[in-house]
Amino acid sequence: MMIQSFNRFKKHLLASLTVIAVVFCMTLNPAQAVEVERVVSPGGIEAWLIHDPTNPVTTMKLSFRGGAALDPVGKEGLANFVASTLDEGAGDMDSSAFQKALDDRSISLRFGSGRDSFQGSLRTLNKYRDDAFEYLRLALNAPRFDADPLTRIRAQILSGIMQKKEDPSSLANRSIFETAFKGHAYARDTDGSRESVLSITPDDMREFVHQRLARNNLVIGVVGDIDAATLKIYLDKTFGALPAKAAPWKLPQIVPHLQGSLKVIDQDVPQSSVQFAQPGISRDDPDFYTAYVLNYILGGGGFVSRLYDEVREKRGLAYSVYTYLMPLDAGALVMGGAGTANARVGETVATVRDVWKKFAAEGPTQHELDDAKTYLTGAFPLRFTSSSAIAGMLVGMQEDHLGIDYIDKRNGYIQAVTLKDAKRVAAKLYQPEKLSFAIAGRPSGVTASE
Amino acid sequence: MFIFYRNTRILIGLLIGVCLLPGNALAKIFDPDTFTLKNGMQVVVITNHRAPVVRHMVWYKVGSADEAPGESGIAHLLEHLMFKGTDNQGPGEFSAAVARNGGQENAFTSYDHTAYFQTIAKDRLEMVMRMEADRMTHLLITPKQVAPERNVVLEERRMRVDNNPSAQLREQVNAALYLNYPYRRPVIGWEHEIKALNVDRILSFYKRHYAPNNAVLIVEGDITAAELKPLAEKYYGVIPRGPDIVRTRTVEPPAVADRRLVLENERVTQPGWSRRYLAPSYHYGDTKHAYALQVLAEIIGGGPSSRLHKKLVVDDAVALSAGAFYDPSDIGPSVFGFYAVPKPGVEMSKIEAMVMREVDRVLKEGVTDREVAGAIDRMRNNAILAKDDFGSAAQEVGAALTSGGTIDEVENWVLEIEKVTPDSTLAAAKDVLQGTHSVTAELLPKPQS
Repeated sequence: MMIQSFNRFKKHLLASLTVIAVVFCMTLNPAQAVEVERVVSPGGIEAWLIHDPTNPVTTMKLSFRGGAALDPVGKEGLANFVASTLDEGAGDMDSSAFQKALDDRSISLRFGSGRDSFQGSLRTLNKYRDDAFEYLRLALNAPRFDADPLTRIRAQILSGIMQKKEDPSSLANRSIFETAFKGHAYARDTDGSRESVLSITPDDMREFVHQRLARNNLVIGVVGDIDAATLKIYLDKTFGALPAKAAPWKLPQIVPHLQGSLKVIDQDVPQSSVQFAQPGISRDDPDFYTAYVLNYILGGGGFVSRLYDEVREKRGLAYSVYTYLMPLDAGALVMGGAGTANARVGETVATVRDVWKKFAAEGPTQHELDDAKTYLTGAFPLRFTSSSAIAGMLVGMQEDHLGIDYIDKRNGYIQAVTLKDAKRVAAKLYQPEKLSFAIAGRPSGVTASE
Repeated sequence: MFIFYRNTRILIGLLIGVCLLPGNALAKIFDPDTFTLKNGMQVVVITNHRAPVVRHMVWYKVGSADEAPGESGIAHLLEHLMFKGTDNQGPGEFSAAVARNGGQENAFTSYDHTAYFQTIAKDRLEMVMRMEADRMTHLLITPKQVAPERNVVLEERRMRVDNNPSAQLREQVNAALYLNYPYRRPVIGWEHEIKALNVDRILSFYKRHYAPNNAVLIVEGDITAAELKPLAEKYYGVIPRGPDIVRTRTVEPPAVADRRLVLENERVTQPGWSRRYLAPSYHYGDTKHAYALQVLAEIIGGGPSSRLHKKLVVDDAVALSAGAFYDPSDIGPSVFGFYAVPKPGVEMSKIEAMVMREVDRVLKEGVTDREVAGAIDRMRNNAILAKDDFGSAAQEVGAALTSGGTIDEVENWVLEIEKVTPDSTLAAAKDVLQGTHSVTAELLPKPQS
């Protein structure tokens, strides 16, 4: 099943999944009776831990603040390239030896890069845990960046960049980002371009590791059969030798330049990818939770949302139609997408615009709000069923400064949203005149605005 | 096995879990309880008290391979229409109720089964059982509902297949690989046949296949068999037994010719090569090879330690990736395959020759004790790790029970894998990989005119 024999590589898949995970982490809904421990090692390394002895497995997620948006101009794709090569040899072990060591012990050690952070994950059976943390230490502190693996990974990344150029949804998405963040680091593709990736040298990568992977921008989440005392020892061993401070950075805030444009990217495909976006709301905005509830009602729910109902259920225009909030550190979007036969794109765009307009003008009904709240609060324990999801949540809570008691408080934030709030925020957040489209395909029924 | 979900987006988490799962997995690990209701419906409980949550799944022993000729896609379209209401529930009411209660749901169709599931707080389980049981026999669909949903499925097909040259090629490869067995038809169906499906045919398919004695109930999570049994009897036990169903499948004749498919497309930027062989599954053909073939796939092409990766990707650096795949869980013939993605400038013929040199080396020299031991060890580890992913047990057991397998088969998987030896691996390789019956596929860029 899902043998991606032609068009994906492990590393690339991971990189893109990581980005998705970030988005989803921001919309996570934690649970009730789970105890989160703040663990601080003697060396001052902090991790948040949920001790779960169910299986003899330890899962760790980590995130260094500052991601691909900080790639130097001309070196776009650096963070992604480093993420793809940190596990290609470290210390005395060359790439083959390192990979074999991981593989023989079934240790999963992965890195990925989003726009705002550089992430890692480690999952191991407890019987191999000493080795697993040692390999993580080596990867972070002494990566080799040998020529052979670099050549190999670079070729994989370049192939991935090429493949995105044949994928309608990637193309449409790219266009949205270029428009929304014109002139800002967010406009750049996190994978970089062919030219930029070709220009990246081992020295660039070493500099990245030295400047970006430090103790002061690191957050850690751990879940599994491990207690605080044991974890403390691993924390110091693994992260103690990292530089104390990352190189300082500044990412200017930006309000996305979305003014209701419609772009068409010509692609000879039967189905157009329709992506749309407008300015969003930042994670620390007091109205964030209200917006979060609103998004669920508009297009966030699986089989129940206004867009699902109008676009898919009533008109059969698309298999998939959705919206999500994307609150990046320096600028936020409301995003959405659908895939529609070329001939029906006009109808889909018109329907999305109508739904948007009505939602902005009227907001949700009391009934919709009530249903959204029961879903969002009730679905909360479902987040606590996989170690890696929980570890990811612990990282997200720290990244977003939500507090260690967030899990206990979060449903209260949702419950507190009133209909009055919802209508007010709907009118403020949703701006039909700014809703911009990028369509990759051969659509009919739409006119490009530029 | 190709799986089509009703809605992909909400499943990303689950899919990652499934991707990480080794082909099969999980020996004496899940420890399920099982009992059978009076109407013949099998029930399986996999207790896991980690969170106050359950996953409730109903699996039907019907998939695309059970469709009659000319009605490809009917199992999958029916799966979509199962959300359109019953005599007792309005359209979308079930989904709305699941959502309102903080649950998540989806459904999927494959060659051999169709399944519906919800993940929900334990105290809401009874509600979803009541509604799921209701739609087993009371589905209400009208032409007015079928028309837009058929369009949704056609859009799904465009998204997954028609927009994607490598998926198009895969569809053609399956039609070439299986000469007669119904796996030659895509799960989602051929476009012209999807367009021709109507309410009468769909309802008759539904009535024939949806019955308690053709279904399996699986609940994983914070519940015991003793707790579940009265609920299962109350909601599913009262549904009348349907006629006995014998799943007759056509038999695959021997293939005597190698076949080669080439797809050139302007939109392809990354060429790809693959070669496939029909192979035994747990229940089809020379089934004794099913475990050794999994070990063989791991040794030749399972990961960074595998022969293909080391030779083609690392040492000779001619490929961006290379590997092997095999999954014996189908009712019918399974597929053993190799793939390689050439580096820019490397000829397809060279890649093919290099993969086949590794295959020939196995056939001539076999595999070593050390390789087999290493592969078994990794597969065993991965089985334990997979246990950490909620829902993987229900998925494994459900797939087995609706594909002619048993719980014991799932539970004994590690024990069987541990019995594999270099000799049995070589015997399996010779059985599958010799002769002239392969299908080779090349995906190539076409210069823009």
